[in-house]
Amino acid sequence: MAKKLMKGSEAIGEAAVQAGCKLFFGYPITPQNEIPEYMSHRLPQVGGMFVQAESEVAASNMIYGAAGSGERVFTSSSSPGISLMQEAISYIAGSELPVVLVNIMRAGPGLGGILPSQADYFQATKGGGHGDYRLLVLAPWSVQEAADLVQDAFDLADYYRNPVMILGDGLIGQMMEPVEFKEGRVPCKPLEPKKWAATGCKGDRPTNIINSLYLDPKELEDHNQKLVAKYETMQRDEVRFAEYGATEKYDLLIVAYGTVARVCVTAIEDMREEGINAAMIRPVSLYPFPYAKVREAAQKAKAVLVTELSTGQMIEDVRLAVEGKRPIHFYGRQGGMLISPEEITAKAKAILSKKEARNG
Amino acid sequence: MAETVFCRPEALANVHTHYCPGCTHGVIHRLVAEVVDELGVRERTIGIAPVGCSVLAYNYFTTDFHEASHGRAPAVATGVKRARPDLVVFSYQGDGDLASIGMGEIVHCANRGEKITVIFVNNAIYGMTGGQMAPTTLPGQVATTCQTGRDVSLAGYPIRVSELLSTLRTPAFVARASVHTPLMAVNAKEMIRRAFKYQIANACFSLVEVLSTCPTNWGIPPAEATAWLEANMIPYYPLGIFKVPEKEDRAPKPMGK
Repeated sequence: MAKKLMKGSEAIGEAAVQAGCKLFFGYPITPQNEIPEYMSHRLPQVGGMFVQAESEVAASNMIYGAAGSGERVFTSSSSPGISLMQEAISYIAGSELPVVLVNIMRAGPGLGGILPSQADYFQATKGGGHGDYRLLVLAPWSVQEAADLVQDAFDLADYYRNPVMILGDGLIGQMMEPVEFKEGRVPCKPLEPKKWAATGCKGDRPTNIINSLYLDPKELEDHNQKLVAKYETMQRDEVRFAEYGATEKYDLLIVAYGTVARVCVTAIEDMREEGINAAMIRPVSLYPFPYAKVREAAQKAKAVLVTELSTGQMIEDVRLAVEGKRPIHFYGRQGGMLISPEEITAKAKAILSKKEARNG
Repeated sequence: MAETVFCRPEALANVHTHYCPGCTHGVIHRLVAEVVDELGVRERTIGIAPVGCSVLAYNYFTTDFHEASHGRAPAVATGVKRARPDLVVFSYQGDGDLASIGMGEIVHCANRGEKITVIFVNNAIYGMTGGQMAPTTLPGQVATTCQTGRDVSLAGYPIRVSELLSTLRTPAFVARASVHTPLMAVNAKEMIRRAFKYQIANACFSLVEVLSTCPTNWGIPPAEATAWLEANMIPYYPLGIFKVPEKEDRAPKPMGK
């Protein structure tokens, strides 16, 4: 297929269709309304079903039901709506169902604002709802990457029987860029028939029960351990990142994800013209986080700078990765304010001056 | 050769339930299982279990099941049915689950006209959590969170779910039945059968509210529970069919003149 200029939200919707998803349940919330709007007219064209739920609470339970029947399903929302879905996401993880969730983050807390943010990093990567569970979290930095990751997300969700979240900021949803959907795409994971699905108990087959209730504590502990083993496999096999200039010598390592990382690339190029060597690691999988890569890359720098559209959330994972071996600095904006390349360059210069180099 | 005239329905699992003595959940389970068998749909039926006394319903039927979070069974049922319209989907919910925390989900599920069947068991109390006031607890009825009886000036009046849902314009089958006598149970089964048949015909949303006993949390002996239900619940929760899809009832009347 030829490249097409698409809005991020629409590309996400089309990517789901290309991945064979025929079911969408969602509730309107800015700034991601173009996703349900796109699905509402696109899904009937491919024999699918769009349902506008009465709330995010209902939408998240609808995807729980649909996923339990073995069909590919997804929903999208933005920060406050994702908060409302957390109970169901915990059930989905506990029941080991494959669903794809898209969070086009807006600024918080509370009703916050409708402009871009990265303030839901903790919620996405550290659990979010109740109980011990993890989402597999992927963060695109372009519309093309959003389209690619959405398609991979369905394969990963099916393979691991685990919810996968696409964590994008408002820019990803709203900007337009060229996108290509390649024909004959091969799933990124081997996929097996969903024999566990509740599709009707025919003949002598034991009943399939979609459930996360274990009243026997030992059974529940065993179930938790089974989930842990799955997360450990993800940590081993699903780490994704991109690096920029990280093979050369550099003074400063920048760690950023999503659209913020694009701004950082501009800043790195600007700094190079001024004789400042900086490199960047961009985590693409936020869970599992690329700890080993960040640790290794940090060793080659004098200091590390983490930039986020938050008050500092991913920085905690960077600290875990670096283990105190290098000073770690932070530059963030909040409330829907964006970061400019000039701000990053100014911060980098300040860090590399003697004054800030030793202080985290 | 002897002819079998009574046996356990195939759709009902051969296990002991955890229900208390005198509770009529078991009767209602059996009626649902009999209907599923008689309609020949066991192999394509999916149940949705609630949170509440019937949380373990998935152990008591021999159909595939989903366990839903508290109140969300109609949303889960919607997801299953929209994904697989060929399946027969029923939710089994108590009054705390459906009429309190899940009121939003049941109203919108009914209003969308989801082709599912809801078995709504109303025993006027929270059973599993130990006898707290439910939205269906009767005026003056004692519960652990209204220890001098439900005060309607503070808690409002009990919600009549069947009447409420029957005000929706979307076609539906809504009925209230009871199982406190054998004859009542026969009638209840007929309502459940009609509800499933409407779904199988892809006609409409269907809900059967079934009045049920809870001697443990009502604080009365099992043998007296059915009499208590008849004396106290039936006057407030009249039995009957409240809505059928064939009839466009409650149509708005023109204003003025």
